[in-house]
Amino acid sequence: MAQTLDDMKPVDKVRNFQINFGPQHPAAHGVLRLVLELDGEVVERVDPHIGLLHRGTEKLIETKTYLQAVPYFDRLDYCAPMNQEHAFCLAVEKLLGIEVPRRAQLIRVLYSEIGRLLSHLLNVTTFALDVGALTPPLWGFEEREKLMIFYERASGSRMHAAYFRPGGVHQDLPRQLVEDIGAFCDPFLKLVKDLDDLVTENRIFKQRTVDIGVVSLEDCLAWGFSGPVLRASGAAWDLRRAQPYECYSELEFDIPVGRHGDCYDRYAVRMEEMRQSTRIMKQCVERLLKESGPVHTPDHKVAPPKRGEMKRSMEALIHHFKLYTEGFHVPEGEVYAAVEAPKGEFGVYLVSDGTNKPYRCKIRAPGFAHLQAMDFLSRGHMLADVSAILGSLDIVFGEVDR
Amino acid sequence: MDETLNDLAAHVTGAAAVAGAVRAWTLAHGELTLEVEPAQIVKLATFLRDDPACLFQCIVDVCGVDYPAREKRFDVVYHLLSLKQNLRIRLKVATDEDTPVPSITSVFPGANWFEREAYDLYGILFTGHPELRRLLTDYGFDGHPLRKDFPTTGFVEVRYDDELKRVVYEPVRLPQEFRNFDFLSPWEGVEYVLPGDEKAPPPAPPKAG
Repeated sequence: MAQTLDDMKPVDKVRNFQINFGPQHPAAHGVLRLVLELDGEVVERVDPHIGLLHRGTEKLIETKTYLQAVPYFDRLDYCAPMNQEHAFCLAVEKLLGIEVPRRAQLIRVLYSEIGRLLSHLLNVTTFALDVGALTPPLWGFEEREKLMIFYERASGSRMHAAYFRPGGVHQDLPRQLVEDIGAFCDPFLKLVKDLDDLVTENRIFKQRTVDIGVVSLEDCLAWGFSGPVLRASGAAWDLRRAQPYECYSELEFDIPVGRHGDCYDRYAVRMEEMRQSTRIMKQCVERLLKESGPVHTPDHKVAPPKRGEMKRSMEALIHHFKLYTEGFHVPEGEVYAAVEAPKGEFGVYLVSDGTNKPYRCKIRAPGFAHLQAMDFLSRGHMLADVSAILGSLDIVFGEVDR
Repeated sequence: MDETLNDLAAHVTGAAAVAGAVRAWTLAHGELTLEVEPAQIVKLATFLRDDPACLFQCIVDVCGVDYPAREKRFDVVYHLLSLKQNLRIRLKVATDEDTPVPSITSVFPGANWFEREAYDLYGILFTGHPELRRLLTDYGFDGHPLRKDFPTTGFVEVRYDDELKRVVYEPVRLPQEFRNFDFLSPWEGVEYVLPGDEKAPPPAPPKAG
């Protein structure tokens, strides 16, 4: 007996398909496990499972003195370590009520912008890799290497710098280093131009990113987005301008703003931000070469005395000993300090009980807020778009999982 | 800045729509903190988002803080940001282990993971949350690690067992005791008995007359 066509296609047995994306997947940008529910190739639901890189940073900070807590911040967003330290230092300084000397502010701004370049270079190029372009990472990583050497020459370490300290920065920069950073800027702009030529008008890149993962400004705010993702949706909101810290209010730079809020605009905003960061770096270099001065607060209850001084003065020796054993006491209170990190608003909510250790240190990471919207952003898109959306959000698991 | 925040606090506490929601407010370090009645948090968050003088449309952060000595040991701390007014505000709700706090996910969808994290790390319960599961800790984890009474070393450790060919969970074994040095100066009035002092007789009460 011959079967009818309907018998051979049992329509009622079609069901949605679940796949695991990650935790080990090159486009997951770390250890992300996405449970995707697919209807054919269309994404029905995304459930991100995070915490695979959870190290209990906030708990550890509660058992360390304020100075010992600084290096934990390098290990959050390891693409731009010093920007994280910056937020913590600002929070501690706000509680202590101390002023950072001008030269230290310039150095902090200079290195924050280097951090921004480090992070954007990684994101822009690997994002291009996620959607099929192999060359950009090769070019970008060459420049990242140069920037990491600037990190190393300032702090002794390529990534885990622990260079920003409450009250200033650890050491002054050698003059030669400042000149070298100045000499880096113009050739770097040429590289940005090359990347631009290669990727921005690329047909394949545009097909993969334009009108993908569109998010309106209202949704951005309700989901707590910040940084380039927020700016790509049309808000000219940058903490460096809106709530200026350090000496950003004296420096000249523009805030690039997107219009459509799609993956392509997020990419374009980051590209322009790299040019603006270079512009800020040039201004800082110019001032650092002209001006000199102390690089941390003269208050030896917070910042250690000079090494040479410590060898001769009893007072300085006592200060040094007390600072590196007991640490400094921070007055009781609570503050929230935020910086415009490359990925968005990175904030530290610090509660002090008046002792030498933080009572509570909540780290507000921009990637955390971005990643939780994966379901909202990807629903109804194709499976291949998930990696494009993920790449455009700029997720780094160090800060999401903490 | 402080004047603007003072005006804002007066505006919020005086608004008829959220009468009685704010218990107290403080202004410190240029930041405004409102202590909020737990039952009113959703109402207040909606008010702060929609009121033309506030427009706190951006959810920045939700987190827990643990004060074990208090009767209501947890604080849930909300940070909101207004792009229009260029202001920040902090809301605080006190609760304990058993009393749930209304979830604000209906007002700000972005509060979802932040509340899940507070549940995971502190065990603070939220009502009306779409999926209050653990977020950061391991699958099948027991306890709430950021509570002050949870040891920093934890209770279980994980390793790959080559014979069983799988990951096994074991109680934590420390070859060296967890080192948490007490560097607080004994001259600045510590509250515990200093080592050696326990042998000394308690100081005699001063004689009257």
